[in-house]
Amino acid sequence: MSPVLSDGLRARIETLAARYPRPTAALLPALHLVQAEKGFIGPDAEMALAEIFGTTPLEVREVVTFYTMFRRGPVGRHLIQVCTNVSCALMGGERILDYLRRKLGVAVGETTPDGRFTLTTVECLGACETAPGLMVDFDHYGNLTEKRIDEILEGLD
Amino acid sequence: MDSPTFARALGLAGGPSIEVYLEGGGYRAARKAFLEMTPAAVLDEVKKANLRGRGGAGFPAGLKWGFVPARTDKPKYLCVNADEGEPGTFKDRYILGHDPHLLIEGILIASYAVGIHQAFVYIRGEYERIARRLEAAVAEAYGRKILGPDVFGTGFALDLAVHRGAGSYICGEETALLESLEGKRGHPRLKPPFPAAVGLFGAPTVINNVETLANVPGIILHGADRFVGLGLPGDGGTRLFGVSGPVVRPGVYELPIGTSLREIIFTQAGGMLPGRKLKAVIPGGLSAPVLRADEIDLAMSCDALVCVESMLGSGGIIVIDDKSSMLDVLLRAVRFYAHESCGQCTPCRLGTQWLRKIVERLAAEGGKPDDIDELARLASGIKGRTLCPMGDAAAMPVLGIVQKFRSELEEAVCRP
Repeated sequence: MSPVLSDGLRARIETLAARYPRPTAALLPALHLVQAEKGFIGPDAEMALAEIFGTTPLEVREVVTFYTMFRRGPVGRHLIQVCTNVSCALMGGERILDYLRRKLGVAVGETTPDGRFTLTTVECLGACETAPGLMVDFDHYGNLTEKRIDEILEGLD
Repeated sequence: MDSPTFARALGLAGGPSIEVYLEGGGYRAARKAFLEMTPAAVLDEVKKANLRGRGGAGFPAGLKWGFVPARTDKPKYLCVNADEGEPGTFKDRYILGHDPHLLIEGILIASYAVGIHQAFVYIRGEYERIARRLEAAVAEAYGRKILGPDVFGTGFALDLAVHRGAGSYICGEETALLESLEGKRGHPRLKPPFPAAVGLFGAPTVINNVETLANVPGIILHGADRFVGLGLPGDGGTRLFGVSGPVVRPGVYELPIGTSLREIIFTQAGGMLPGRKLKAVIPGGLSAPVLRADEIDLAMSCDALVCVESMLGSGGIIVIDDKSSMLDVLLRAVRFYAHESCGQCTPCRLGTQWLRKIVERLAAEGGKPDDIDELARLASGIKGRTLCPMGDAAAMPVLGIVQKFRSELEEAVCRP
């Protein structure tokens, strides 16, 4: 059985930890690395991180559950996060969300049956001048229209 | 305005690379500070400029730096607040992404003035792409020995690390940011002690917003007097105002402090989109109490906004038109704060949930006659009763909308 965290990942986490006077400060960056490699942060990864940082699994869990970007289960190949905060709402953010719901045939929080997309909402992404906007994985798209959404989705695997 | 501070950040000149930055005179201010000035002289210049914080609270940066004890047996830290989570705010993104060396130069000067050898940029997790660009700029600065063990050959050491958050509004609050940087949940700390005395890892810490630090090179290079002259006495310089909502040219504008809100909306941002009329303005990020359309003839400064019981906050201006419902705006606001409360203080944890439930009830046309008074009572009960400013941030926009747009909310209650 392969280890929960690969040797390469462990090495990167240890390099990160050396940047801080207290290694536990590297927990958030380490969680980002784990999620990037494994797609989400499961109980096994929490245990492995607790061991690396010398904390309890609970201390890792409480951090994982506090921050909205950390996921405890799998998502689709692409995560679509639609901003519904005020600036986007004023520019039709809800319509964008409705269009995506219909187009993908899923509710907020769900993944398409082919495993390609997960649709969620998100709080202000700091790109209000191009409202309405959304983020696919880490790429931001603004000034959305239904046509623009079609183009964006077609460009993704 | 001659030689604006943020021309590069706004894409009006050059690009983000260190070569372009150096060609345009970049790092001259830091060299001047390190090679020609004492740390005390740098601190005095920034105090004289009365550079007020650009993150939200408007606290003078020089005073903050001065609170750090000169003699301590602990290391001192600088934390740059690049969390930029206040809804309607997107200005720091321009500096981080398009002019990262301006920020790094500000970090250098601040660190020199306070005697700091380790700095962190805490950047919101969603800015992953921008964090990578910033990390590339940091690597460039290390490559040129502008960062590292021997800054400008002076023997002064400064290390800088970019640290990503992971999706939490409260981590923009300075003590929550410290907790988060330490690898914990973002639960704000009780103050005092203030971070200047007991901050990151229990050591003296300066926390400044991105735009605040990016103003420092200009102050050192051109002097405090010029900086003050750009804005108002007591609130000098320019600010990056972000304008969003149904205007012709939404975007970021660098303008002198004291520019009127009307000019920003109707001249700079081109006015309202065709067929829309201005109804209301949120002048400084979502937490700033709303202004009516007839209140926009005011000079945008920290003090002027306090006089109309709002705040300049982060300079994020959200423009609301006559086709939008204030109940919808209120609903979005209360849902946001209910989602983002860290849960530590009961008035905020429960109060924001109650506010959300009542406004959802109103929006679903099931409102009760005294719901609007109840909203005001609840918000007043949260305000001033929490460890951190989040309680006020949640309460103020509710009180503002109830006070100024009550009749619009009442229509929702009275619907058959």
